[in-house]
Amino acid sequence: MACVSLTIAVGKEDHVQGPVTAPLTLVEYGDYECPYCGAAYPMVKAIAKRFGSKLRVVFRNMPLNEMHPNAELAAEAAEAAAAQGKFWEMHDALYEHQSELGPELVRTLARRLHLDEARLEDDLTSRRFRDHVRRDFMGGVRSGVAGTPTFFINGERYDGVLDEESLAAALQRQIGSAK
Amino acid sequence: MAALKPGTLAPPFSLSSSPDQRIALSEFRGRPVILVFYPADWSPVCGDQLALYNELREEFAKFNAALLGISVDGVWCHLAFVQNRGYHFTLLADFEPKGKVAREYGVYRDKEGFSERALFVIDKDGIIQWSFVSPVGVNPGADGILSALEALPRWPA
Repeated sequence: MACVSLTIAVGKEDHVQGPVTAPLTLVEYGDYECPYCGAAYPMVKAIAKRFGSKLRVVFRNMPLNEMHPNAELAAEAAEAAAAQGKFWEMHDALYEHQSELGPELVRTLARRLHLDEARLEDDLTSRRFRDHVRRDFMGGVRSGVAGTPTFFINGERYDGVLDEESLAAALQRQIGSAK
Repeated sequence: MAALKPGTLAPPFSLSSSPDQRIALSEFRGRPVILVFYPADWSPVCGDQLALYNELREEFAKFNAALLGISVDGVWCHLAFVQNRGYHFTLLADFEPKGKVAREYGVYRDKEGFSERALFVIDKDGIIQWSFVSPVGVNPGADGILSALEALPRWPA
């Protein structure tokens, strides 16, 4: 039952930051409205900076919609931005303005990021990325993700303390074991 | 106390689901039932676990499965909890005699006075096909439930 491995390998559908050749891959299952994910956001940034080209960071959606009424909209907005080549810009901006999440913020960010606003609006209205978000969600569920944020290091779930030093130490151990 | 194992007939029960309604396990004969025992309304892990199941209603519906939460909290407590969290499934009150159903399923914690964090998947004939007891502080997620539902003979039979 305790399935602690990632069941869906990192692939074409994913949003990846960092080189393909990086020895470390950190996959996050997150929800844009989840306060713990908001708290983890600067930590992931710091980790990415610290490990540089040794690390790839991947973000997958796991919005808990009933609890977080704007989470699905935010997730689909980030996917719509991805279709215009600006996933991480939107992802970062959403977390940086987490307390203001909603349709108005999405419009503001689309303008600020110089996205094709009409296209983004259309993608959101037609729910073009609903299935993508749901696939991420179910992939998380089948990998044993029970809450957000959940991290996987090279395909293994990280169950340690969620602070920068602990996560960095776990990543460092992986580099060690790869040698 | 050990949780009832697969192959066992699920003990029948009839519990309050709201201040003026009772629900019996036998009403679900003919479809699978996911029985989720959890320690207490409002506790952080329970809330997260039930929120996840709430998001998975459509997935469970693909198996025609009924989702029932059950704890020793009373109906008014359940009502406030459900309204606060926006859950769209039934919570049952194993309230009087306290924990009787949890005891019958082998998942009551005498010392603490609440149930284990335990999952049961019961088939359409009322037989337990899968059970799992998680450490009380650990959200077991839903992968085990979905695997158990997938392993059931396809419905309608």
